[in-house]
Amino acid sequence: MSSVAVAGNVPSAAAFHRRSEDRIAWLLAAPAIVLLLLFVLLPVVAVIFLGFTDFELGYGKFRLVGLENYAHLLTDRTFRRSLWNTSVYTAIVAPVSIVLGLGVALLIEGEPRARGFFRTVYFLPVASLIVAMATVWQYLFHPTIGPLNALLSLAGIPGPNWLGASNTVLYSLSIIGVWQSVGFNMVLFLAGLTAIPRELYAAAHVDGAKSALDRFFLVTWPMLGPTTLFVVTISITNAVKVFETVKMLTDGGPNKASEVLLFTIYQEGFVYLRVGYASAMTVVFLAILVVLMFLQYRVLDRRVHYT
Amino acid sequence: MTSIPAGRFIRFTLLSLGALMILAPYIFMISTAGKTQSDIFTSSLSLMPEHFYFAENFAKALNKVPMATLLWNGVVVCGLIFFFQVLVAIPCAYAMAKLKFRAARLMMVLVMLGLLVPIHATALPLYVAFDRMSLLNSYTSLVAPFTISVFAIFMFLQFFRAMPDDLIHAARLDGMSELGIVARVIVPNAWPAVTAFAIFSVVAHWNDLYWPLIVVSKQAYATPPLGLMYFRAAEAGDDYGALMAATLIITLPLVVAFLFAQKRFVEGITMTGLKG
Repeated sequence: MSSVAVAGNVPSAAAFHRRSEDRIAWLLAAPAIVLLLLFVLLPVVAVIFLGFTDFELGYGKFRLVGLENYAHLLTDRTFRRSLWNTSVYTAIVAPVSIVLGLGVALLIEGEPRARGFFRTVYFLPVASLIVAMATVWQYLFHPTIGPLNALLSLAGIPGPNWLGASNTVLYSLSIIGVWQSVGFNMVLFLAGLTAIPRELYAAAHVDGAKSALDRFFLVTWPMLGPTTLFVVTISITNAVKVFETVKMLTDGGPNKASEVLLFTIYQEGFVYLRVGYASAMTVVFLAILVVLMFLQYRVLDRRVHYT
Repeated sequence: MTSIPAGRFIRFTLLSLGALMILAPYIFMISTAGKTQSDIFTSSLSLMPEHFYFAENFAKALNKVPMATLLWNGVVVCGLIFFFQVLVAIPCAYAMAKLKFRAARLMMVLVMLGLLVPIHATALPLYVAFDRMSLLNSYTSLVAPFTISVFAIFMFLQFFRAMPDDLIHAARLDGMSELGIVARVIVPNAWPAVTAFAIFSVVAHWNDLYWPLIVVSKQAYATPPLGLMYFRAAEAGDDYGALMAATLIITLPLVVAFLFAQKRFVEGITMTGLKG
């Protein structure tokens, strides 16, 4: 379009205006571009490069080691443990918090009076400092003085050592994760629900969808599609990025049973200062995020074709 | 239409049970903050403290944790981050949405790429760089990496695209410069988007532990999450009374803000969330 305008021999006033507008646009976008290069693009390139080196903080020199870091990652038991734990955590927290979030949203949607109150309550964890709430959970989970085990012992059940035993720690962290994200998912689903036109339900009723369940599968679920897809992606990415509760409560322990991806990267890079090796881990982390994003687009694409 | 009372009853019960589980940590936090050490050890299930120990626990927490410093650091860091994010993102989004900008498409690609990259992925090189420049333990290192928010650009872009062009044409005819248009036409009209983004940004950075943990090692620059972590490490052991008191003080500001501006919060999250 612009080439047509500039094509004339004598630059017209419009073309002149267009060029000056382009220049102003560049100026307005310049700070963003510079910062984007400085704090996003350059560091990403650097992290990929560092992944091929044996750079350690504190040593002046480093050398290129090719794929050595990545080869090492394949056999690194801590890293494999960490990937596995992150997957288990995500496989629990994402689906459970999505289903509960949707359930709560549906219940609240139908609740005429106490709706505002419930929405506030379920959303409260989102507005709370997770680091702070993690310490509260630590108290609740305390094996001897914690209320949870006191409650269990009332029922005659011997309570587990929630955060202190390697076979329960990941589940305990998952409980905190679910507690924290149900409200967030609920709010997103509520927004999706209110966007569904009421007439569709009336139409479904006329068409013979008498039970609430029929109406859910005929109207609500398909209409919620885009919201659900978004909630799924954001829940998975958030679960993959679990760090705060682990750092605060378990430090990856006991016996690396709660070692998760970001925590391992943090340990390698910022505690042991093996920047090169930690960079290779970061590249794997980024690759996971890219794959998740790609999957989201694929699903989105298919959905567009159907409708 | 059938059996309304039973349906409502079940729904209400389910919601209440869930709400109780969500609230349980808060209830125990408040009750434990008022208990003496011996109370905590003997009667963990009774919610009423036997001796009211709130004052002592709070005094202990306030004594051990420089609460004012922490909260101040939190406000300064979140405030600066938000200020720069908006300052940088609005002109950029305006240029992409409303001006004939040849690089707009390239910018869009950059923004989409940026949306994918969290601070966790860029932290290593940034840390090395800040270390080389002796900028660790400073507000600069806490704030700088977040001055660019591609998310803000993306959100404002959506918002500006929906704004009528006539508004801008009218301002141009009045002889306003493009910068003047941004400051006096765009910003005042973008207020809903700015508040929504403010909530998103403040919640994210007030809660962030990862980056402060990396660049700060001195109490003086600790943000609330980091300060609480120090306190816990220093006061290790089972002084849960004081710990819960500290937790309560640190959680309170954002929760109170949420309770007061609830509608805005929910709007903010859905607006930023659904457009992401």
